[in-house]
Amino acid sequence: MALDNKNNMSVGKSHYQDSSFRQLTGRAEYIDDIPLSENTLHGALILSEIPSGMITSIETEKAKKFDPSITVITAKDIPGRNDIAPIFADEPIFAEKEVTYVGQPIGLIVASSMERARAAVNEVKIVYKKDKTPILDLDLAFKKKNFFLKPIHFERGKANEQIRQAPHKLEGSFSMGGQDHFYLETHIALAIPHENSEFTIWSSTQHPTEVQHGVSNVLNIPAAKISSKVRRLGGGFGGKESQSTIYAAIAALGAYILDKPVKLRLNRKDDMASSGKRHDFEVKYSVGFNKKGKIKGLDITLLSNAGNVCDLSAPVMSRALTHLDNCYSFKDFTARGYICKTNTVSNTAFRGFGGPQGMLAIETILERVSRFLEIDLDELRHENYYSLKNGIKTPYGQIVKNIKIEKMINEMETFAGLEKRKLLVEKFNRSQINKNQPYRKGIAFMPAKFGISFNKVSLNQAGALVHVYTDGSVRLNHGGTEMGQGLFIKVAQVVSECFNIPIDYVHISGTNTDEVPNTSATAASSGSDINGMAAWKAATVIKRRMLKHASKVFQKPPSSIEFKNGLILSGNKSMTFKELAFSCWENRISLSSTGFYKTPKISWDQEKFKGSPYFYFTWGAAVSEAIIDIDTGESRILRADIIQDCGSSLNPLIDRGQIEGGFIQGIGWLTCEELYYSPDGKLLTLGPSTYKIPGSRDVPPEFNIKLLENTPNEEKTIFRSKAVGEPPLLLSISHFLALKNAISMASETSNADLLNAPATPSKILAAVHNDHSM
Amino acid sequence: MGEISLKLNGKLETKDVADNTLLIDFIREHVGLTGTHVGCDTSQCGACVIHLDGVSVKACTMLAKQAEGSEIVTIEGLADGDELHPMQQAFHENHGLQCGFCTPGMVMSAVEMVTKNKNISEDEIRKGLEGNICRCTGYHNIVQSVKAGAAKMGG
Ligand code: FES
Ligand code: FES
Repeated sequence: MALDNKNNMSVGKSHYQDSSFRQLTGRAEYIDDIPLSENTLHGALILSEIPSGMITSIETEKAKKFDPSITVITAKDIPGRNDIAPIFADEPIFAEKEVTYVGQPIGLIVASSMERARAAVNEVKIVYKKDKTPILDLDLAFKKKNFFLKPIHFERGKANEQIRQAPHKLEGSFSMGGQDHFYLETHIALAIPHENSEFTIWSSTQHPTEVQHGVSNVLNIPAAKISSKVRRLGGGFGGKESQSTIYAAIAALGAYILDKPVKLRLNRKDDMASSGKRHDFEVKYSVGFNKKGKIKGLDITLLSNAGNVCDLSAPVMSRALTHLDNCYSFKDFTARGYICKTNTVSNTAFRGFGGPQGMLAIETILERVSRFLEIDLDELRHENYYSLKNGIKTPYGQIVKNIKIEKMINEMETFAGLEKRKLLVEKFNRSQINKNQPYRKGIAFMPAKFGISFNKVSLNQAGALVHVYTDGSVRLNHGGTEMGQGLFIKVAQVVSECFNIPIDYVHISGTNTDEVPNTSATAASSGSDINGMAAWKAATVIKRRMLKHASKVFQKPPSSIEFKNGLILSGNKSMTFKELAFSCWENRISLSSTGFYKTPKISWDQEKFKGSPYFYFTWGAAVSEAIIDIDTGESRILRADIIQDCGSSLNPLIDRGQIEGGFIQGIGWLTCEELYYSPDGKLLTLGPSTYKIPGSRDVPPEFNIKLLENTPNEEKTIFRSKAVGEPPLLLSISHFLALKNAISMASETSNADLLNAPATPSKILAAVHNDHSM
Repeated sequence: MGEISLKLNGKLETKDVADNTLLIDFIREHVGLTGTHVGCDTSQCGACVIHLDGVSVKACTMLAKQAEGSEIVTIEGLADGDELHPMQQAFHENHGLQCGFCTPGMVMSAVEMVTKNKNISEDEIRKGLEGNICRCTGYHNIVQSVKAGAAKMGG
C-alpha cells in the first residue's frame, strides 16, 4: 500500500505548528480578534441562580430603564425549536419554565458593547418558585433512581460466583471529581446575518456541523443557509465538542431578531458556571482473587454525574465501561453503569471521554488488592495482563490484538530504572521516619491501553476537499478543527506526501461547513486518523488524473513517472508540479476532488453492550515519582517517564507535545483541580483564583518522554500512525498511584484506601491520618 | 470620556475613550491590535501581558488612563518585520505553543524575565512563569523555549 512509503517527503517529520509564526507575532486570528462591522452588537447571558425550580417571572423593566438601548431575548423569542441536544432531545438553549442548574442560560441581553450588556444583566431580576429538594450529588440521584436512559448492565462469565469462591475478596467504593476544561479562550461566537436568511456563524467549536444544526433548529432555517466556521480554537479538550453549540445558537438568535451581527464572548465566570465539565464518578466494587493477586471475579458499578441534561453522557459511560479492563484479562466480570441526572451543570466530553474514569477505577482496585495481599502491584498485574495464556478477549467481546504490554514494560525498565528506584524510595522513606521528618516518596508504574474510534459507529467518518491551482499551489480543507493539537499540519503533511511537493505548496484553510459538510466532531483522538485519510483520498484522486495526463505528455507509461519534491520525473525528462497543473487545466482535466473516509472493521451493539467498537488500541506506560508532606498534605510530582505508542508518528514533535500536555492535564484532574459546590448547588470555583490548574511549578522537573519505536500500526491507518490526543492523559493515573504508594509508607496507621481524587492536601492528610470524615 | 495618548510599539496613539477603559480594551478595541489576549479578565492567567516602560504588566487589570504617556510594547511589536525576536524564534523551534492563546503573554513575560536576568536558571524560569498559565503544553516546551531564548538573547 502506498501509505507505507518509507522515503517520506513530509510524513514523519517534525514540522512546526501550522500557524506558529503568526501565533508568535500576534497575527493569528482567533474569533475575538475578527474585525467587526460598525453595527455589531454584543451579548451577555442571564443565568439561573437556583439549581431547580420554576421561573415565575423575568423582570427586565429595571434593566431597560437602566439602559433603554438594550434588547432582552428569552425562550419565547425562539422561532424554531428550543433544543440543541447532540444525541437526545430536550436540551434547551434557554430555560423556559423550569431551571435545572445554577448557571443555566435563561436569556440574552444585547447591547452596543459587552460592558453595557453585562451591566444590564445585573439589573434583571428572575423570580422563581424554588424546588425544595434539588438533587445535587450522585448519591442522592442514585438513591432516587434519577437516571438518564436505562442503566447499562453487562457481564461475561459468572463474576459473583467466582468472587464467592475466591480465596480472598474485597469490597469498597471510591469517588473521583470532575474537571473544568479551562481552555484559555473562553466560549465565543459571532453570528452575522446576510440576505435571504443566510447566516455566518463563527464559533470556537470542535464541531462546526453541530453548530450548524443547532442554529438551524433554533432559527428554523435550513442547514444549507447556515455557514459555520472556525479557523482555530484557543483550546478545546472536549469542552467545545457539544458545549459551543448553545452559545453559537444564542448569538445566532440575537442576530436573527435584531438583524445585526451579534458577538457573545463569555467571561471566565459565566463560562465556568454555565458550560459542561468532566463527569465526576463513583465506583463500587467487589473483587475476588487468589494469593498471587490473580483476579477471579470482578463486579463493578459506575455512577456518573451527567448533570441536568444527557448531552454526551451515554457514550462517555460506554467508554468508561469499555476501559475498565485496561490491560487485564477478566473472564468473570460484571459491570453496571448508571448515568445520574442531577441539578448541576451538564457534564460533557473531556479528553479521555470516560476512559480515564474507567481506568482509574480498575487501577485503584488492583492497587488496593496489592496492598491487601502485601505484594508488589506490578507482580499482581503480571498475573492478569492480556496474553495468550490469560486470554485476549475483552469483557465486551473485542479481541485485543497486537498486544504491546511486554514490549513496553521492558523498554520502561531501561528507560526509567523502575525496580532500582522503588528501593531508593523505600530507603528515603525509612530515613525520613528514622529522622522523624515529614517527607515520604512514592513511585508507581502503570500501563494503559486506549481504544481508538468514536463509540458511536456512525461518527467514524470524515470528509476533505482538495484543490490544485494552475500555479501549483494546493488548497486543503477538511472537517477537522485545529485547537492546538497540530491536526492541520499533520493533514497538510499527508497531502504534501501524496503529491510529493514541499509542505509550503499546501495552503491550510479554516474549517467550515460550506466546503466539507456533515462532519464529525474533532474528538476521540481520531482527528488525524480520519481527516488525514479523507485528505489522502481526495489528493490521490487528483494525483491519478495528473499522472494520467503526465503519461500522455511524456508518452511514457504512468508506472515510469515519478512525483518527486515538486517535480514530475520521467527518465531524463522532467517538469514542475506547477507546469503539470497548468497543462492539466489547459487540457480540461479537473484539479479538484473531495475525499471521504469511514473507519473500517468496527461494530457495536449498544443494547447488548457487545462488539468491536475500536479500530485499534494504543499502548502507553508511565512511571511517576511523587513526594508528600505528611504534616501539610502537600504533594509534588518529582519525575515522570512516559513511553507512548504513536504507531509510525506523522509528526513526532507534535505528538510529544500532545503527550506532555495530556499528561499534565491528567495530573491537574487528579491533584489540584477541585470543583467545589456550595450546599445549595452553586459552583464556587469560577475562576483561576479558586480553581487551580497546574502551573509552571506543578509539573515534573524531570520529564522523560519516548515514542515507542518501530511500531507501525498493524491496521491500515494513515501512514500507519496512531492517535495520540487522549491516551497520554490516562497515564497521569500513575501519579495518583504513586501518591497512594507514598501514603501507604507514611506511617503504621495511614490508610491509602481513603484517598479519593483529586488528591488535594486535605484528602492526602485525611488518608495519612486514617481520618474517615473526609 | 477623555483623551489618552501613549506610545504603542513605537507609534503614538491618541484615542478618546471612556475613563474606565481598561488598557487591554484600549489596545485591542480602540487601536485594533488583537495579538494580546484575554483569558480570565481577573489578572490571573497572564494571556494579556504586555510591556509598560519595559516592565511586564497584565493589561486586563490596568486602566488605560494609568498608562497615559507611557511606552508600551505588545507581542506585535517584538519582531522586526519578518525577523522574529530571539525569544519568539526559540518558542517556534521548541514547539513552545499549541493552541497559541497563552503564547503572547508567555513570550512577553519570558522576554522581560531574561532581559532582567541574562543567566537565568531553569528553576528561575519556572518560578518566573508562575503568573502565566497554559492549558495545552504542560509547560515543558515552554521552559525549554525560554532557556533557548535566553541563550539566543546572549545569556
Ligand atoms: S486576561 Fe489578564 S491575566 Fe488573564
Ligand atoms: S498553548 Fe494553549 S494555553 Fe498555552
